[in-house]
Amino acid sequence: MDLAFTTQEQAFRAQCASWFGQNLPGPLASMDTPEGFEQHRAWEKRLHDAGWSAVNWPRAFGGREATLIEWLIFEEEYYRAGAPRRLNQNGLFLLAPTLLEFGTEEQKQRFLPPIASCDEIWCQGWSEPNAGSDLASLTSRATRDGSEWILNGQKTWASRGVYADWMFGLFRSDASSERHRGLSYILVPLDAPGVTVRPIAQIDSEPGFAEVFLDDVRVPVANTLGPEGDGWKIAMSTAGFERGVVLRSPGRFMATADRLLELFKERGSPAALQDDVARAWMSADAYRLATFWAVSKLMDGGTIGAEASLNKLWWSEMDLYMHETALRLLGDDATLDGPWLDGFVFSLAGPIYAGTNEIQRNIVAERVLGLPR
Amino acid sequence: MRFQPTADQQLFARTVRELLEKECPPEAARAGFSGERWAKLREMGMIDMLASGMTEIDLVPILEEAGRAALPEPLIEAALIAGGALDGVVTAAVGSRFVAHADVADVIVIERDGALYSVRREAVTLQPVETIDAARPVFLITGGLESGTVLEADRDLADNRATLGAAAELLGLASRSIEMAADYAKERHQFGKPIGSFQAVKHKLADALLHVEFARPVVYRAAWSLSQRDETIERDVSMAKAMAGDAAAGAAKAALQTLGAIGYTQEHDLHVWMKRIWALNAAWGNPDQHRARVASAVIA
Ligand SMILES: Cc1cc2nc3c(=O)[nH]c(=O)nc-3n(C[C@H](O)[C@H](O)[C@H](O)COP(=O)(O)OP(=O)(O)OC[C@H]3O[C@@H](n4cnc5c(N)ncnc54)[C@H](O)[C@@H]3O)c2cc1C
Repeated sequence: MDLAFTTQEQAFRAQCASWFGQNLPGPLASMDTPEGFEQHRAWEKRLHDAGWSAVNWPRAFGGREATLIEWLIFEEEYYRAGAPRRLNQNGLFLLAPTLLEFGTEEQKQRFLPPIASCDEIWCQGWSEPNAGSDLASLTSRATRDGSEWILNGQKTWASRGVYADWMFGLFRSDASSERHRGLSYILVPLDAPGVTVRPIAQIDSEPGFAEVFLDDVRVPVANTLGPEGDGWKIAMSTAGFERGVVLRSPGRFMATADRLLELFKERGSPAALQDDVARAWMSADAYRLATFWAVSKLMDGGTIGAEASLNKLWWSEMDLYMHETALRLLGDDATLDGPWLDGFVFSLAGPIYAGTNEIQRNIVAERVLGLPR
Repeated sequence: MRFQPTADQQLFARTVRELLEKECPPEAARAGFSGERWAKLREMGMIDMLASGMTEIDLVPILEEAGRAALPEPLIEAALIAGGALDGVVTAAVGSRFVAHADVADVIVIERDGALYSVRREAVTLQPVETIDAARPVFLITGGLESGTVLEADRDLADNRATLGAAAELLGLASRSIEMAADYAKERHQFGKPIGSFQAVKHKLADALLHVEFARPVVYRAAWSLSQRDETIERDVSMAKAMAGDAAAGAAKAALQTLGAIGYTQEHDLHVWMKRIWALNAAWGNPDQHRARVASAVIA
C-alpha cells in the first residue's frame, strides 16, 4: 500500500493544473440552453485539441493512455479549477467504456474519436413511459429487415437528448422474448427519418430531458453493440460505469466539500452546524478514498460487481447532504439563484437517475448480502 | 499510488482469521480473557507486531479480524500502546481512564505528565467498574500511579495508534454483526417467507453495509498517515474512529432489529458483538468528539 503519488503522477497533476490555469473559460450559460450548449461545445473542442478530453483512452482514439489513477488526478484538477460540466458525459463516461469493452474495431474507430472531440453528442435511450425502474419491461422494438433494423417505440427522460446527435438505446429485438432476454443495444442516429425529439422542461425550467419517438426508423444492423439479443448484459456493463467510479469521480465532490468549508467560515462558523459540515466534508473525503481503493483494485486485476451500487448510494446521498447543509448555512438566502441552489436542484436527481436508490439497496441486499428476492 | 492491502497483508489476515476461528469461537468470546489464548497470540506474533517491524498498515487487517472474532484479550493495549515491548499479559490506561483486563494483567502501561510508564499490577490499586461488556471487564486505577518505569515511547503516538486499533476492530465487529443478521434473515420465516425477502429488512442491512464499506478505506488511510508520521495523523485517525464507530453502532442497531426478540437475549451471540461495539465506540473518544477534532483540522 502506498498512498504517495509517484513523481510521474505528480508531474501529471502539475501539467493538468498549469493547463487549466491558462485555459479556463469564464462562467458559461447552462448547457441545456442553445447558447450554453455552443459555449460548452467550444470548451470541449479546446480540451480535445490539447489532448485533455479523454485522458485514459488509447491514443488512437484521442486519449493519452493515462492510468486510472492519473485520470482521477485529472478529474481532481478539473473540478478544483472550477472547469465547466462535461457536455458529452453520456458518450465519454457511459458509452465509450462500453464500446471499448464490447465494440468491434470498426465501431471503436467510427464512434470514439467524435465522442472525444464532441463532434457527436450522445444521449441514453433506456427509460420508457412504462419502463423506469423495471427497465426489462421495455417495449420499444427492433425488427430485422435484411441488414437493417426497423425501430419503433418511445424513449423518455433522455438527458441532453434535445441537442444530441446520437442515442444508445435498448430495444426488444426478439418479439417472442420476455424481460431480460431478447434485447439489443443499438446505436441510433437522431437525424434518421422517423425520429421525433420533443424537449421536456426539467424542474429548473430548462429542457434537460427529451422524449424520443421512433416511427419505422431504419438503422444498419452493424450499429448493434455486442451480440444481437445480448443487450441486457451490455447495458448492465454501462450501468456499472454509471454507478461505479466513472460517471461521478470524486474530484467534483471534493471541490463542493471545499466550497462548503469556505461557506461555513464566510457565514461566521455557526456552532450549530459545525458537526454537519464536518460530516459532509468527511463523506466527500471518504468517497475520494473509496474511489482510489476501487481503482487500485481494478489496476491490480480485480473487478467491481454489485459493489458499484454501494458507490452510487454514497455519492448521490453525500452530494445531496452537502447541498442541503449549504442551504442551511445560507439561511434566508437559500432560495436565491446561485451555484448552491443550482447544485442542490441537480443533486436532488442523484438518488433517482442511474437506477433509483431503492433499486440500488435491493441490489446490495440481494447480490452482496445474498438475501432472497 | 496504490491503495490496497498487499497480498502478504491479506494472507496474514487470513491466517489470523483461521487461528481465531479455532481459538476464539463465539463461546470463547463470551467467556472472556484466556491466558492460554494470550500465549497463542504471542506465539503467532500478534502482540509483538510493531516490535517486530510491522507497520500500522499491517496491523489494520489483523485488528479487523480480532473484531470479527470479538476477541476479548487486550490486543489494542498490548500491541498498539505498549508496542509489544513488555513481557507477560499487558494492558494500558493511555488515552482512557479505564483499563481493560487489569485484573489479569502482569503489567499496566500508564501515562503521567505526557510520558508513559510501565507498572506491575501489584503496585497499583484497582477498582472494578460495572460495564455492559462483561467479556472485557474494565477498572479504574485509584492508587499507585506515581510508581513505574519510564518507557521510551511517544504518548500521543500510542494514543493515536490505540484509536486506530479500535476503529479497525469496530470494522470487524460491524461486518460480523451484519453477516449474523443476513444469515438469520435467510433462515427465519414469517408470513410464509424468509424475512430477508422483505424490503424493509433488506434496505436496513444494505445501509449498514454501506457505512462499513466506506469506513474501511478511511481506516487504512489513517494507518498510512501514522506509518508515515504525516502531519495529518490527528485528523485522519479521528476521521477513522468517527466513521468506523458510527458505522459499527449502525450495524449493531440494524442487526438487532433484524433478529427481533432473539437478538435481545443472551441466547444468540449477537449481544457479545453489540456490547463490544458500544464499548469500543465510547473508548478513546466517541464519534462526536472525533468529528470535532476533524472539524477543527479542516476548518482552519
Ligand atoms: C435527472 C435525470 C436524468 C435522467 N437521464 C436519463 C437518461 O439520460 N436516459 C434514460 O434512459 N433515463 C434517464 N433518466 C430516467 C431514470 O433512469 C429513471 O427515472 C429511473 O430509472 C426511475 O424510473 P422512473 O422515474 O420511471 O420511476 P419508477 O420506476 O416509476 O419509480 C418511482 C418510485 O418507486 C420506487 N420503486 C420502483 N420499483 C421499486 C422496487 N422494486 N422496490 C422499491 N421501490 C421501487 C422507485 O425507487 C421510485 O422511488 C433520468 C432521470 C433523471 C431524474
